[in-house]
Amino acid sequence: MPKVTYIEHSDAAHVVDVPVGTSLMRGAVDNNVPGIDADCGGECACATCHVYIDPAWEAAIGKPDADTMEASMLSFAAVTQDNSRLSCQIAMRADLDGLVVRLPDGQH
Amino acid sequence: MAAPDDTVLIVGAGHAGDAAAAHLRQYGYQGRIILLGEEIFAPYHRPPLSKAWLKGETDAAALALRGADFYQRQNIDLRLNTRVHTIDRARRQIVLADGQTVPYSHLILATGARPRPLAMPGAGLAHVHMLRTRSDADRLRAALRPGTDLAIIGGGYIGLEIAASARALDIAVTVIERESRLLARVASPPLAEYFQRLHTEHGVTIRLDTQIAAITPGAVRLANGAEIPAGCVVIGVGAVPNTALAEAAGLDCANGITVDATARTADPAIFAIGDCASRPVPRYGRQLRLESVPNALEMAKQAAAAITGRAPSKPEIPWFWSDQYAARLQIAGLLVDVATTAYRFVSNREKFAAFHLGADGAPLAVEAVNAAEEFMAGRLMIARRTLPARAALADPTIPMKTILA
Repeated sequence: MPKVTYIEHSDAAHVVDVPVGTSLMRGAVDNNVPGIDADCGGECACATCHVYIDPAWEAAIGKPDADTMEASMLSFAAVTQDNSRLSCQIAMRADLDGLVVRLPDGQH
Repeated sequence: MAAPDDTVLIVGAGHAGDAAAAHLRQYGYQGRIILLGEEIFAPYHRPPLSKAWLKGETDAAALALRGADFYQRQNIDLRLNTRVHTIDRARRQIVLADGQTVPYSHLILATGARPRPLAMPGAGLAHVHMLRTRSDADRLRAALRPGTDLAIIGGGYIGLEIAASARALDIAVTVIERESRLLARVASPPLAEYFQRLHTEHGVTIRLDTQIAAITPGAVRLANGAEIPAGCVVIGVGAVPNTALAEAAGLDCANGITVDATARTADPAIFAIGDCASRPVPRYGRQLRLESVPNALEMAKQAAAAITGRAPSKPEIPWFWSDQYAARLQIAGLLVDVATTAYRFVSNREKFAAFHLGADGAPLAVEAVNAAEEFMAGRLMIARRTLPARAALADPTIPMKTILA
């Protein structure tokens, strides 16, 4: 099963299995990774599953399309960067095995 | 930090109880965690019950809050189909309905709320539904057969979400509301007007200012004697907190179990979180009971932090959301102490936001329809107590980024 490394703001790393087709948010929630609040459960309504994509993986993941709910939500989420994404909007793929994402200092 | 023989006992396995158990482990709690649920299902998402679940658009695995082996892997002792009879505070134990006792070092009450009953002739008939649990939703879903007339008593969020789902299933729907507008207790008048128009356009019949006399096997009888045919009736007139256990144990309750900013009751070993709790909401200087998933999760974090001796997390601004048809409503903050409101129509009347300001000009709440940027910016402004120019908020040609800067 493909693996994803979630790195907390404190630098604590969590390497977990995320099945293909499962969102990165759900992968974190199912493994109790701290730092992903996911208030809305994956409806793209809250921006509390915000992650930073590791630079090595930015091209593979891509950016949210303009005018999407995700882009709108991210434009005012806490401490966003150019590599910010909402992890509920990224479905795991086989070619993302080894993906690294970092978590912000807080989701609120 | 806890010794291995310490036990946190959590009563209630909804969003709040599940999150408390998970956060205790995240915060390094080493003791035993017992999570008791009355239902037969492992913790699941409640918001989809009136939406995707009712429409048959999602499955049980997606509805579950966690993967199947989560509780075992996190060493959380999840016990379903389990009812608590009493709390014995003197002995720090609970007594289950079957007489078994379970000791605790800390007790977290996450008992939730239940639909407010309607005292009305016929309210107990078999075709009358309320919606709180997955079992409720399954029964309602089975009743929404093609050709059924659905009458919904109560024009609040739960009723309107069910109305939208039923229309997607091509069921004829009438919403009956005793107040003069929809969402009377929870939303501002322009928002209520928007939803009234949205539902009317989707074929829902809305009856405002309408009192009900009785429910009969095939109809809802109004106070004026008229009858609305209904093979299926849903009562959605709010919820009441499940405080009986706490009250019987002598804990202070006033529309919810009273807790402090760390979710702790007056008994230092007992916490209450989620829909069942009445809590301080710092931004509004009030003690309030909130019914929302974000509130459940925030309070779960407060209790887990207090039990593990961790610094409390930053207070969050309450927020809510509702999806009806293709419309997305997001509300941040609370509609209290509102002095003025600035309306911002972003593109047309389908995308707008209402910014509710206090007497000092600081935003207290934002209601955003299909306007995610306004919602997010509003939430930030509420938290930061910024003082935006009212005219700028009402001018959609001025970007929210500029207003926030």
